[in-house]
Amino acid sequence: MNTVRVNGELEEVQAEPGTPLLYVLRDHLDLKGTRFGCGLSLCGSCMVLVDGQAVYSCDIPLWSAEGKDITTVEGLRDHPVTGALISEQAAQCGYCVSGIVVAAAELLRRNPDPTEAEVREGLDRNLCRCGSHNRIVRAVLAAARELR
Amino acid sequence: MTDLPPLLAANPRLSAWLRFLPDGAVGVHTGRVELGQGVITVMAQVAAEELDVDPPRIRMTPATTGFSPDEGYTAGSMSVQYGAAALRVACAEARGLYLDAAAREFGVDAARLTVSDGEIRAPDGRTTSYWELPELPETDVTGTYPLKSPSQYRIVGTSAPRLDLPDKVTGRPRYVHDLALPGQCYGQVVRPPSRGARLACFDENLATSVAGVVTVVRDGDFLAVIAERIETALHAAALLRESAEWEEHPALPDPEDLPGYLLSAPAETTVLASRGSAPAAFSHEAVYHRPYLAHASIGPSSATAVLTGQTAPGAEPGRLRVWSHSQGIYPLRAELARALGLDPENVTVTHSEGAGCYGHNGADDAAMDAALLARAVPGRPVQVTWSREEELGWAPFGTAGVARVAAETDEAGSVRAWHHEIWSNGHATRPGSVASVALLTASHREGGSPIDPAWEPPLALGGGSGRNAVPSYDFPSYEVVNHRLLEMPLRASSLRSLGAFLNVFAAESFLDELAEKAGRDPVEYRLSALGDPRARAVVSSAASRAGWGTPLTGSAGRGIGYARYKNTSAYCAVVAEVEAVSEIRVRRLTIAVDAGMVVNPDGAANQVEGGAVQATSWACKEQVRFDRYGVTSDTWETYPILRFSEVPAVDVELLPGDGNPSLGVGECAQGPVAAAIGNAICDALSVRVRTLPFSPENVAAALPD
Ligand code: FES
Ligand code: FES
Repeated sequence: MNTVRVNGELEEVQAEPGTPLLYVLRDHLDLKGTRFGCGLSLCGSCMVLVDGQAVYSCDIPLWSAEGKDITTVEGLRDHPVTGALISEQAAQCGYCVSGIVVAAAELLRRNPDPTEAEVREGLDRNLCRCGSHNRIVRAVLAAARELR
Repeated sequence: MTDLPPLLAANPRLSAWLRFLPDGAVGVHTGRVELGQGVITVMAQVAAEELDVDPPRIRMTPATTGFSPDEGYTAGSMSVQYGAAALRVACAEARGLYLDAAAREFGVDAARLTVSDGEIRAPDGRTTSYWELPELPETDVTGTYPLKSPSQYRIVGTSAPRLDLPDKVTGRPRYVHDLALPGQCYGQVVRPPSRGARLACFDENLATSVAGVVTVVRDGDFLAVIAERIETALHAAALLRESAEWEEHPALPDPEDLPGYLLSAPAETTVLASRGSAPAAFSHEAVYHRPYLAHASIGPSSATAVLTGQTAPGAEPGRLRVWSHSQGIYPLRAELARALGLDPENVTVTHSEGAGCYGHNGADDAAMDAALLARAVPGRPVQVTWSREEELGWAPFGTAGVARVAAETDEAGSVRAWHHEIWSNGHATRPGSVASVALLTASHREGGSPIDPAWEPPLALGGGSGRNAVPSYDFPSYEVVNHRLLEMPLRASSLRSLGAFLNVFAAESFLDELAEKAGRDPVEYRLSALGDPRARAVVSSAASRAGWGTPLTGSAGRGIGYARYKNTSAYCAVVAEVEAVSEIRVRRLTIAVDAGMVVNPDGAANQVEGGAVQATSWACKEQVRFDRYGVTSDTWETYPILRFSEVPAVDVELLPGDGNPSLGVGECAQGPVAAAIGNAICDALSVRVRTLPFSPENVAAALPD
């Protein structure tokens, strides 16, 4: 039995210690917001915050997540970036967006007043296939203004 | 009586389109499926408008076979053109029937009643509503009730926010991947290591001895494992993969000479279109290439299936339920039934949203995988989610192709005769469009046969390879010839814009080459051959917004591309501004589109913008790589796509609809974007790159020695 702290709640998980955090979240804890995109640390759709750092949950084994503070997209529903993405209608399929919410939350914590170029660079680990990039960048900049 | 829209004629039952629900809502069952393009929002707007109810009352139900109208495929940017037209008539009928009922109740003429948010009001102030009146009888739509005139629209034509986005942005379970049914287990397929590989042997015990593995399924060259948990399935599949031995042989053409292969492979040659008489010879000619392209959705294909009512494996078939992000639930149902020997009546396919869908991807194949595995564990739902490698390596591709364009010009350099010739696979291997069972796994099973080479839909249906090969310009004579390959080394099917991507790239690049030879400005050159005022308007508008003619500094260049998608759909002109340093960077795309009456302007702009960014990615970076055995570009490292910091600014202008009918916009920018970028590169570097993508290698290869 492993214990993880997700979105502020302590959760007990019965899973092999090597299980990727992605599947712990999605299937053991039923938090489907964290999406599977590649399982290879190459797309960002599975991003979560681990102790405030945006990381690929497909690449984090359960054992290494123990004792850490994990925040998923479900824990960021009140973050201004979420509202800004909706007001900008900054998605088409939306599949990439969970990871982007997480990446943007980290970005804005580190840099509350980013330039457009810094937002783009900050999101470069997240892939979007629908071409929603420019709207997403606008939304992150709008969220930054709101946060300040 | 007016002619019913074709989809309505095929599905005339009113209750197939909408039902009034007891809680004051309206359930709308369009057969159109959400692909990430916002179609359910558009359909809800159309229904709310025609019914005179407020949009929150509209409840869009996911399409399910046996329940929703059979609209075939949601594809080809036709939802608004056709699906909305049918839904509109059905809603007008429902409204009209209720008004008649209210008129009888109140003893007044129906024409004197008004409707507001579903409430029906008589001149004397008496009211009733859709929900208070007796339920509508089961009836067929007659099309006799008048449609609202567009001048009265208050919902259609506004940028209603997407209904599905709040769930998706806040991480609520909404995708097919998120389905978690009681007793659900997880399947993982071990694909062959190469095309045409035969499974010689493998060690089943390696997998079955893993705790949590339910069973291993082998059927010919299909090998898969089912486990209680996905992590277990992945682990066991890796063990099986390691133990498996396959007989392999080189089945693919030489990737170093793909154009050579395309030009020489056995093909069926057809003159797709012609006008006037062709000259004996052409004085100008150029040849253009495109590689295979992957759909490369961010979420891989996924499906869940359960077989119920079957007493034991191998006994009489039971009922199969499938959840899939397929573009066509009815054709998928028929294909699954055919592949598994079931009666279609015993198969139910429910649409469940997937990640972005840009054409015929692996959705149907994943449904087949889940269905086949569900047979091995009757009563238990099996979810199959493809790996990234399966998605990039095994889903159908947009086909590679060669286009040769030739022209004869007059003294002013204007085109007198045009010739456009294509060599490629077709663009349609969807279930139902070829004779063979068009599902990947069906072709790997014992006794399975390869999927037939892709088919060429007639130009009247938009064409495939021939899409937009017929000039968008008023050339006095032209001829379009297609060589459809009769073998298909890599499975090709519909990818956003089909042949239009290559054809528009080729034709619009060639037009710039002709303009240059004639010493004429590319915009003026195009306008001189465009009579259609709507075509002229998009070209002029994109050019002027982009500052056409103003000087650019340094290594920058500007180029234009234009097409009317399918020659019958949206008009689109694109001006690209690029910077050519160590590699090509697209800085800005200025796009003008005329799509007639637009139901949701922000949604349409979003689609055009997204399509343009995707086309930039295709044009600048993308190429499916393979060797003689199989596809090697099966991760994001080997199949890179455009990233945030590489995405150009995109400015989309929708020209006023002017009362013209709605035209689909989802694919109109693909070809013009590639052409505009190519023309901008030539402007920047004075180098004509005729081979996509505009990678450093292809640009370098085009430089004069
Ligand atoms: S799923 Fe983790 S980075 Fe792609
Ligand atoms: S919105 Fe579809 S992948 Fe980004």
